[in-house]
Amino acid sequence: MTGQNIPGGSTAGDAPCAAQPAQGHDFAIELRDINKHFGPVHANKDVCLRVRKGSVHGIIGENGAGKSTLMSILYGYYQASSGTIFINGRETKIRDPQAAIAAGIGMVFQHFKLVDTFTVLENIVLGAEGGFLLAEGVRAARAALQRLEREYELQVDIDAVVGDLSVGLLQRVEILKALYRGADILVLDEPTGVLTPQEADHLFRILAALKAQGKTIVFITHKLREIMAITDYVSVMRHGEMVAHRVTAETSPEELAELMVGRKVLLRVDKTPAHPAATVLETDNLAMTDANGVQRLKGVSFSVRAGEIVGIAGVAGNGQSELLEVLAGMQPPSGGRFVFNGHAYDAAHPADARGIRAQGLGHVPEDRNRLGLVSSFSAAEAAILGRQDDPLFNGLILMDERRIRENCLHLMEKYDVRPVDPALPAANFSGGNQQKIVLAREIERDPDLLLVGQPTRGVDIGAIEFIHRRIIEMRDAGKAVLLVSVELDEIMSLSDRILVMFDGIIVGEVDPAEADEKLLGLMMAGVDPRRDGPSREGAQA
Amino acid sequence: MDYFTLFILILDSTLRVSVPLVLASLAGLFSERSGVVDIGLEGKMLAAAFASAAAAYVTGSVWIGLLAGVGVSMALAMVHGFACVTHNGNQIVSGVAINILASGLTVILGIAWFSRGGQTPPLPPSARFQSLEFPGAAALADVPVIGGIYSELLSGHNILVYAAFLAVPLVWWILYRTRFGLRLRAVGENPEAVDTAGISVAKMRYMALACGGVLTGVAGAYLATAQSAGFIREMTAGKGFIALAALIFGKWRPVPAMLSALLFGFLDAVAIRLQGVSLPLIGEIPVQFIQALPYVLTVVLLAGFIGKAVAPKAIGVPYVKER
Repeated sequence: MTGQNIPGGSTAGDAPCAAQPAQGHDFAIELRDINKHFGPVHANKDVCLRVRKGSVHGIIGENGAGKSTLMSILYGYYQASSGTIFINGRETKIRDPQAAIAAGIGMVFQHFKLVDTFTVLENIVLGAEGGFLLAEGVRAARAALQRLEREYELQVDIDAVVGDLSVGLLQRVEILKALYRGADILVLDEPTGVLTPQEADHLFRILAALKAQGKTIVFITHKLREIMAITDYVSVMRHGEMVAHRVTAETSPEELAELMVGRKVLLRVDKTPAHPAATVLETDNLAMTDANGVQRLKGVSFSVRAGEIVGIAGVAGNGQSELLEVLAGMQPPSGGRFVFNGHAYDAAHPADARGIRAQGLGHVPEDRNRLGLVSSFSAAEAAILGRQDDPLFNGLILMDERRIRENCLHLMEKYDVRPVDPALPAANFSGGNQQKIVLAREIERDPDLLLVGQPTRGVDIGAIEFIHRRIIEMRDAGKAVLLVSVELDEIMSLSDRILVMFDGIIVGEVDPAEADEKLLGLMMAGVDPRRDGPSREGAQA
Repeated sequence: MDYFTLFILILDSTLRVSVPLVLASLAGLFSERSGVVDIGLEGKMLAAAFASAAAAYVTGSVWIGLLAGVGVSMALAMVHGFACVTHNGNQIVSGVAINILASGLTVILGIAWFSRGGQTPPLPPSARFQSLEFPGAAALADVPVIGGIYSELLSGHNILVYAAFLAVPLVWWILYRTRFGLRLRAVGENPEAVDTAGISVAKMRYMALACGGVLTGVAGAYLATAQSAGFIREMTAGKGFIALAALIFGKWRPVPAMLSALLFGFLDAVAIRLQGVSLPLIGEIPVQFIQALPYVLTVVLLAGFIGKAVAPKAIGVPYVKER
C-alpha cells in the first residue's frame, strides 16, 4: 500500500479524516465522521470516505458491517446521528432522498423500490413527473429514456408492467430511474446478488459505459471477485467502522478478506477426494406442480450416495426450492418417484415431513426465517424444533426446560454460536448465528442425508468458512449431502458432483474439476455448450 | 302504472339512494389507494350528517350546513391520519373507534342541543338542498320515453346528486392523469418506492385522507339536508360499510366502484318498491326480508362473484422504514 493519492487515504487507527488534506483531488463524495445509531446498535462509527470523481469505488464488508446504512445516509433515506457530507466539495445537508436527488445522487437498492403494478415508464417518472398533469412529463420521459437506453446498453421495454420483468431487467429500470433524475453519482447496493454471471457481466459493461461518461459509481458488495474486477478504489468496513482504503490494483483478495473479517481467512475450502458408498437417495423423473398450476419440476432424475456432496447450481426460481420441498416432505410430487433409505415415495404416497425425518433426513431450509426458525422463539426452543416430542426433552407432562437449555448450550459451544444465550429470541441473532443454530440442530440429529438450501445466504465470511467445514465433515463421516445454492463459488468449492438446474429440469452434470463460471453460467441459462446447442430436452430424453 | 314508468321510477330512486354510496366509496378509494384502510367511512358520514343538519338548522343556510359537515368529516379523517399515519396505529382499530365515537357523540350532542331524542328539528326548505328542474323538463314531461328519461330520471334532483356523479370521472382523471394520482396509486402499492423517489409517504397519505374527508362530508350532508329534512340517529344505517363493499367490489377503481354503488342502490330502490307488493306465485314478501336483501346480496356478491379482489399491496400496513 502506497498511502499516496488514495481517496479517503486513512487506514485503521489513523487520525480522524477531517485532519487529512484532500491532496488537490476532486472528490464527488466526502463523508466526515458519520455516526448512526439504531437504538442501542451503533451501525456507523466515525466513518470517513472519499470517493474520487469519475471513479468506480467499491465498499466491501460483511453482512451487518454498516455498508448499506452508510449509503442510505448518503441518499437521505436515513439521517446520520452526526457527521457531515460534502458533495463535489460543497457541504450538503441531505435530509431526505429529495435532497440527495437534487445533489445528483442516485441509488439502486438491494431490494428494488419499484411499484409492481406500474409500467416501467410510470415507475421512472414517479417523483419526477415534471408537472401537475402526467401526459407532458411522460412524453418528455419517453424521449429521454430512449436516449439513455441507447447510450448505456440499458434496453428495456418501457411500456412493460414491472411485475412481469426479470430481476435483471428490474435492475436496469432502477438504473434508468436514477439516470433520468440526472444522477452523476450512482450508488449500487449488492447489485449482483440476484444476477446470473452473464447478467452480471452485462451490468459491469453498463457501469463501464457510465464511468466513461464521467459518472461516479459507488459499488457495495461482499464479493471479493467483483471488487477486483471492476473497481478502481476499495474501502473496507467492519463492525460499523471504515477500516481501510486501498487502490484496487495494489491489493489482493486475501488482504481484503483479512481486513473484512479482522483475521486470516481461508478463501478456498480444503477437502480430500470423496469416497462415495451406497446410494442413499435416488429420484426418478420427479415432477411437481404448484398451487397455481405451474409445473415447477419437469422430470428430475439423479442420485446421491453416502459420503458425497452433490451440488445443485441454478438461478433462483428454476425448481431448486421445489425439489428440496418435495424431498423434505413439505410438498407432494405430482409425478415420478424417489427412494430414500429404501423407502419409496411418489404422488400417491408422498413423504410427510415428520415421517421422512424419522427415516434419517435432515433439512436446512433455504429460507431460514420462514421455514428454519420461529423468530420469536428462544434459541433453546429453536434448537429443538422438530424434536419437541423427543422423550429426551420431555418430562411426564411438561417439557424438560433444563435439558432443552443444556442441549442448546452444548450446540452453541460446538458450533460457536454467539452470544451464548439460550434464552435470547432467535430473531436477535445475526444471520450467520441463526444459520449455525439451524445447522447444529439438523446435523446433530445425525441424519443419513442432509438437504442444505443456501447455507450461507446472509452469512458473514467467518461463519461461511465454519459452515463449509461442517458440511464437509458431515460428508467425511460417510453421510450424503444435497446442496442447493445460487452462489457458484460455494457450489464449485464444496461439491463432489455438480448438477445444473434450469426451468425444472437438470440440464447436465459437471465435474467440479472441469467446472468454471462460464460453463456453469451458460448451463444455468439452459445451454450446455458441451453438446451442440441448447439441451433443453437433452438431459431428460 | 305501466312497466316503463315503474322502471323509470325505480331508476330515479336508485340515483337518489346511490349518492351517499358513490361519494363514500370514492372517499374510501382515496384513502385505501394510499394504503390506509378506511373502515371509519360510516362514522365520518354520520358525524357529517349531524353537523350539517345542526348547522343548517341554526344558521338557516344549507351551504353553511354542507361546510360544517365537510369540516367535521375532515377533522375525523385527520384524527385517523394522526393515529395511523403519524403514529403507525392499527387502522382498523382507529376506524372502529371513529365509528363508535360518531355513533355516540351525535346522539348525545343532539339531545343536549335540541332535546328531541337525538334528532335535529325538521329543516325548513331554505335549509335543504332543493331539486333543480332542467329547462323544458315540464314541457317534455308528457312526451313518451324521452319525457320519462329527461323529466323524471335526469331532471329534478338536487345539486349534490349531480355533483356525486360528476365526481366519478373527476376522480378517475385525478387518479390516472395527474401527478397526484400517480403518487397516490404508488404509495398504496409500495410506499418505499415513493419514499426513495423523494416524496413524503405521510404527506401523501394525509392528502388522500383529506380528499376522503371532503367526500364523506358531502355524503353525510346529502343524507341529512338533501335526502331527508334533518338528522335522525343512526341515519347512515350501514351505508358506509356498503360503500366499502362497493369499493372492494369495484376493485378499488372509480367507475366500477360507482357501478357497484349503483347496483346496491338499485337493490335498495327495488326493496322499497316491493314492500307490500304481491308477486305472482310467491305472494306478498315480508318487509323485513326485502329490507335485508341488499345486505344479503352484498355478502353473496362479495363472497362469490367478484373473483379475487386484488387490494393495493400496502393497504393496512403502517409505513416504517426497513432496517
